[in-house]
Amino acid sequence: MTGVPLLNNRIKIQNGHIIDPKNGIDEVGDLYIEAGKIVAPQPEKFKDAVKIDASKQIVCPGLIDLRAALREPGLEHKGNVQSETSAAAKGGITRVVIEPDTTPVIDTPAVVELIQQRNHQAGLCHVSVLGALTQDLAAQQISEMGALAKSGCVGVSQARENLNDLNLWRKAVAYASTFNLPVFTHALDSALTDQGVMHQSAISTRLGLRGIPDCAETVAVASQLLIFEETQSRGHFCNLTSNKATRMVGRARFDGVPVSSDVAIHHLFLTHEHLIDFDGRYLVQPPLRSAEDRQGLIRGLKENIIQAICSDHLPHEADAKLAPLDQVEAGISGLETLLSLVVKLAKVGDFKLNDLLAKVTSEPAEILSLNSGHLAIGAPADVCIFDLNATWKVKGEEFVSQGKHTPFDGWELPAPVTHTFLDGRLVYQK
Amino acid sequence: MSLITPSLQIDGQGRLRHFLTTEGLSQALLTEIMDVAESFMSVAHRETKKVPLLRGKTIANLFFEASTRTRTTFELAAKRLSADVININISTSATNKGETLLDTLRNLEAMNVDMFVVRHESSGAAHFMAANVPEHVAVINAGDGNHAHPTQAMLDLFTIRRHKPDFSQLTIAIVGDILHSRVARSHMHALQTLGVKELRIIAPKTLIPAGVTELGVKIFNHLEPGIEGADVVMMLRLQRERMIGALLPSAHEYFQCYGLTESVLSAANEDVLVMHPGPINRGVEIDSRVADGPKSVILQQVTHGIAIRMAVMSMAMRTHDGGSAIEQPN
Repeated sequence: MTGVPLLNNRIKIQNGHIIDPKNGIDEVGDLYIEAGKIVAPQPEKFKDAVKIDASKQIVCPGLIDLRAALREPGLEHKGNVQSETSAAAKGGITRVVIEPDTTPVIDTPAVVELIQQRNHQAGLCHVSVLGALTQDLAAQQISEMGALAKSGCVGVSQARENLNDLNLWRKAVAYASTFNLPVFTHALDSALTDQGVMHQSAISTRLGLRGIPDCAETVAVASQLLIFEETQSRGHFCNLTSNKATRMVGRARFDGVPVSSDVAIHHLFLTHEHLIDFDGRYLVQPPLRSAEDRQGLIRGLKENIIQAICSDHLPHEADAKLAPLDQVEAGISGLETLLSLVVKLAKVGDFKLNDLLAKVTSEPAEILSLNSGHLAIGAPADVCIFDLNATWKVKGEEFVSQGKHTPFDGWELPAPVTHTFLDGRLVYQK
Repeated sequence: MSLITPSLQIDGQGRLRHFLTTEGLSQALLTEIMDVAESFMSVAHRETKKVPLLRGKTIANLFFEASTRTRTTFELAAKRLSADVININISTSATNKGETLLDTLRNLEAMNVDMFVVRHESSGAAHFMAANVPEHVAVINAGDGNHAHPTQAMLDLFTIRRHKPDFSQLTIAIVGDILHSRVARSHMHALQTLGVKELRIIAPKTLIPAGVTELGVKIFNHLEPGIEGADVVMMLRLQRERMIGALLPSAHEYFQCYGLTESVLSAANEDVLVMHPGPINRGVEIDSRVADGPKSVILQQVTHGIAIRMAVMSMAMRTHDGGSAIEQPN
């Protein structure tokens, strides 16, 4: 393993304020780690263990980010496994889920293996892989999902590629559920998106930019919900952006449709109004929407319609944003600000910190059916320590990630990460 | 909602640095542009149609979209100000070879260009350029995507003012493809700032942009009630490509419903001005008898375009020369 010094087998994290949302732990105490796992307190045995003083710090499960692009293989000028998992470790994230839209597309076990091999060499963050729903993401032929399941894929996805043929969609979803693979979906109808750049509103009108109407999302969510219901297949809606779509998912969950959903952290802070000066750092896909939509997403978190918050990390090279807005590539670098923004949201959005930390730890673990995202005895020692009371200033150009674009440049954020452990190994220390 | 565009196109003393959009410009500045244009109106009638205000300056007309009228009037305006002008038609050159807008800009900067006049198919292209040029270079927007065409708006307002000086008394109707019109957007901002009595837009629902009433306009979906009592009717050009697909069924139906004919025009005020930014589609949005009729000021608009562009170029260059009085050669 590279770069970061390894500690011996036993680690005692002392006097930290342990927050473990899944197990309802919220108290000052010690955390014992041995051989990469959380173990029962054994003060005698841990006398000569490596001690980490976490007094006045929060100790929580390492974060699980349901969507982050590492850009490898295929787009190494934007990022690679080493650079992006370093950024994850710095952000207290111990697992990222990647989408299949690499080059080549993740539609065979060989590509899964390649990525896992690269990631094993880096050794900084677990990577969970979503396989392609259709071969080459071409929306023609369903992929070999049986093989993808065997190779360890945690789900399947069409990523951000179009799939408007609902018959194909229905069959693909049913086939995925044969192998118990949840289908992760970016529900956005491409015909209704109509080459839109941003949320359709008075702002898009003022800027003369093509708008993406709400119905591009709600129509896709509606039709996909009906199919998840009919096929009784597990679905996961990525990146909800509108209040209406959130309500629809909420009603479906109430009716027992087996679906979950997530939101990207920037949608919880920003709205389309931030684009008013053609600033490409605010260009994301799906688009930032109205203040009312932002409130709807926050309400969706509170009502547990939305279970997870992700970074939707999409690193770009500098040139990708150096163009008029409609030619700028969408996406921002998000791994290094995720935790701090979640903590900030807890403060400004009237959440209990534990409830919100669950959205980046135990809840995403549950969506992935993983025994992770918590600190119970026997769990993998993926741990994040952060300083609740300190602050730091976001400077995109200082990111570890190859992607330096962030709409939060200059923001003063709480909760810098001080330590990240991956299977009991220190992979980041401030 | 914050808008930093003004600080991009206005300097610390409230003067024009770049001319990107009419949005956010003060009434005083819009009036100044028209006053300066008025002072240039006589130049065209002199024996030597030139003033030496921009002597020694190099102006690049960067047209990424085809245009005859706008490019020509910008060129004439620059020449009447004694500047050196280069015309670069980029739709057929560099960007097709994969060069980015920024690279094109850097290359031209290296040739010591003092001012860029830019037309580009991307909304925000002029903003992007203004944000990326050195301090001493000015950018004039000659139309960016569907966003803004501020010199066209100003020449239209100038034309109106020469006939009907008090904007607070005027009901103005803009007819046609509002959705794709950068001209209409620039009109809306400028006319609101000048305190127009009523600004109407007239179009079928497919051509009305989202949330447009927030820009202070009244929507009409039918022509005759829309132009009833209007003092000015501005027709917009309907691009042929809008006939394809779901926006409009046919040119024929469009003309039947929204084409300006003499009989429809009788609903407007007796002394109504008929305007069009050109080039006109006869028999699509406007009947020839109206376009060429006594109420039409369409050709005056073209003449006024030169004066307005002279005004904007000289004002922006003045700021970049350090704010002193315009340098007069000996």
